[in-house]
Amino acid sequence: MLRLENCEIANGVFKVSADLQIAAGSRVAVVGPSGAGKTTLIEAIAGFLPLTQGRILWQGQDLSAMDPGKRPVAMLFQDGNLFPHLTVAQNAGLGLRPNLRLTLPEQTKVQRALDRVGLADLAARKPAALSGGQQSRVALARVLLQRRDLLLLDEPFAALGPALKAEMLDLVAEIASETGATVLMVSHDPQDARRIADQVILVAEGQAHAPQPTAALLDNPPPALKAYLG
Amino acid sequence: MARRAEPIGAFPGIGAALLVAALIFGTLAAVALRAEPGRGFAASDWAALRFTLVQALLSAGISVGLATGLARALARRRFWGRSVLIALLGAPFILPVIVAILGLLAVFGRAGWVSQVMIYFGAEPLQIYGLHGVVLAHVFFNLPLATRLILQGWQEIPAERFRLAAQLNAGPGAMWQLLEAPMLRRVVPGALAVVFAICLSSFAVALTLGGGPRATTIELAIYQAFRFDFDLGRAALLSVLQLGLTGCAAYVALRVSAGEGMGAGLDRVLRRWDGAGVTARLLDAGWIALAGLFLVLPLAAVVLSGLPGLLLLPSGVWAAALTSVLVAVISTLLLLGLALPMAAAVALGRWKAIEGAGILGLAASPLVIGTGLFIVIYPIADPFLLALPVTALVNAVMALPFALRILVPRAREITMRYGRLALSLDMAGTAFVWRVFLPRMRAQIGFAAGLAAALSMGDLGVIALFADPEVATLPLQVYRLMGAYQMQAAAGAALLLLLLSMGAFWLLDRGGRWHAEA
Repeated sequence: MLRLENCEIANGVFKVSADLQIAAGSRVAVVGPSGAGKTTLIEAIAGFLPLTQGRILWQGQDLSAMDPGKRPVAMLFQDGNLFPHLTVAQNAGLGLRPNLRLTLPEQTKVQRALDRVGLADLAARKPAALSGGQQSRVALARVLLQRRDLLLLDEPFAALGPALKAEMLDLVAEIASETGATVLMVSHDPQDARRIADQVILVAEGQAHAPQPTAALLDNPPPALKAYLG
Repeated sequence: MARRAEPIGAFPGIGAALLVAALIFGTLAAVALRAEPGRGFAASDWAALRFTLVQALLSAGISVGLATGLARALARRRFWGRSVLIALLGAPFILPVIVAILGLLAVFGRAGWVSQVMIYFGAEPLQIYGLHGVVLAHVFFNLPLATRLILQGWQEIPAERFRLAAQLNAGPGAMWQLLEAPMLRRVVPGALAVVFAICLSSFAVALTLGGGPRATTIELAIYQAFRFDFDLGRAALLSVLQLGLTGCAAYVALRVSAGEGMGAGLDRVLRRWDGAGVTARLLDAGWIALAGLFLVLPLAAVVLSGLPGLLLLPSGVWAAALTSVLVAVISTLLLLGLALPMAAAVALGRWKAIEGAGILGLAASPLVIGTGLFIVIYPIADPFLLALPVTALVNAVMALPFALRILVPRAREITMRYGRLALSLDMAGTAFVWRVFLPRMRAQIGFAAGLAAALSMGDLGVIALFADPEVATLPLQVYRLMGAYQMQAAAGAALLLLLLSMGAFWLLDRGGRWHAEA
């Protein structure tokens, strides 16, 4: 279980508070108006923003003081998820070893992960030679190799077209069920939430609300969400 | 509260900055303690101060005055070879001073090309030694720099303004009043201050073209007090004076200067509708042709007069060339060892003081650092044995401000763009440095290393202070050959030096960009 215990996160003068818990293995969409603090919430869980109060626990372990790379978290950012000077295989291989000194069995693992996301033949390419969808697949192959308990997505597919985005979300759902990861996904599109999330966290006016079942919440939105959905 | 996570440590950079600060302030303290203020300044010291100021003022005024006309012509004309000429304007920065001086002597000297024409017409040959020679050389070096600074101002006037002015049918006068004069009022003071500051610490030019009681700069006076009289107290006193001057001038230059003239995009062509008249065209063509000749002729002279000598170089020249290459390599490595950690630390954004330490090199004078190091080393070891390491170190510190200007923006971009991704992959420390930071900095590292290598290769400063007759770098060897009136050998050695400097820059800059991913 992921527990945000009486948390307050400061991002400059802007503050977000959260006191909620998420069951292990669930897929949660984080929705709300822009500027409400969705990314701030995700970045605090990933360890990029410090808590000014409270703590974050995963399966009873306190994450609050851990460095981002040491947390059981894999994260995909809005952009810049790949290093342009590294090959596809190297970018994926970072998920196993940050210094890229891969053993032979590990290299086989990387190749398998690339197979899994449908990039078997492109291992030696650089990101610039890939389409946007293929780049997302490389990042997902890396997530697969990282095998972290939590997968945080900060709208990594926002620049893709609707069909491609749906495809990527489905791939995320598949990967999550294969690895058993708990997924938190920032989104401003309720359709994304309906597509893969079973629960929704509403972030509005500096407050992250406890997760609600997706369909129930979206079909019968509270005033803050209603104002956002229009 | 958890500490802020960063992919790269600031401590190596802080260490490097402290080292640089210790070197500069340490030598300064050594100099200050050794100075004997009670003795006061001699008449010759006042003369040196006066000459230093006068030549710097004249050089700055003439360079910037000519640069304004040239920049205006370049800004509103497009012609074949324009971008080559503008690129060439960047070359004097890495041109060894002694090479340029030989070139200037070949063109403007007593037996030079211009003099020969004048003698043909029955006039007296030119006299290049003294104030006007020093100013001429400074204009040769700083006219291009000033032109780039001012051209940058012109290029920064938005294209829409020119369109609007053309729409309003503004003639040359109105154009001047509306667009150009306001821009120049903003840019020219900075250019003046930069050139003035550079010319204050002129040593090699004064050493070769100045001299005597009437044409000695303070830097040259330090050298003479040191080399000829071995009067450390007087050298130290002059050093304090020099530091006060350059410190003030560098401060003013940094405050009023807008750009550094090293930016890209200066060869962009703006669409202009003014200056289509015959007079304007002739005027601009004249400016460009004269300036082009002034800059290209001395270099051509070095090549022409050096070629025959290149095959008959005395063996001492080859030894000196090898020494120079060695010094340049060590200096470049030292520079990168200092600049890269500092750039990384500055990029993290919380260490303003480090940038300050990097800029110190602009205010410090190589001869002052050299004098200070001598005073520090003298009691414990023979300073002359350390001539080459000291030269490499001082050259590295002098190149540091430029290297940081090249490295810091890129380092900032890398840590901003990839810092979080790396952190989320647990890629901090060495993995980040080797797998992300250095590969992505490669083009900038190559450029900075190229500048450092070329500057060190061509430097004629501290080495003149420290070297005994057995040891010489190539620039010093050229100077010695000139002093022995072996002009043929000097010209050959100067051409070799030119090839080595430019070659080192080209190799490193090219190597950095080779197959580099954007």
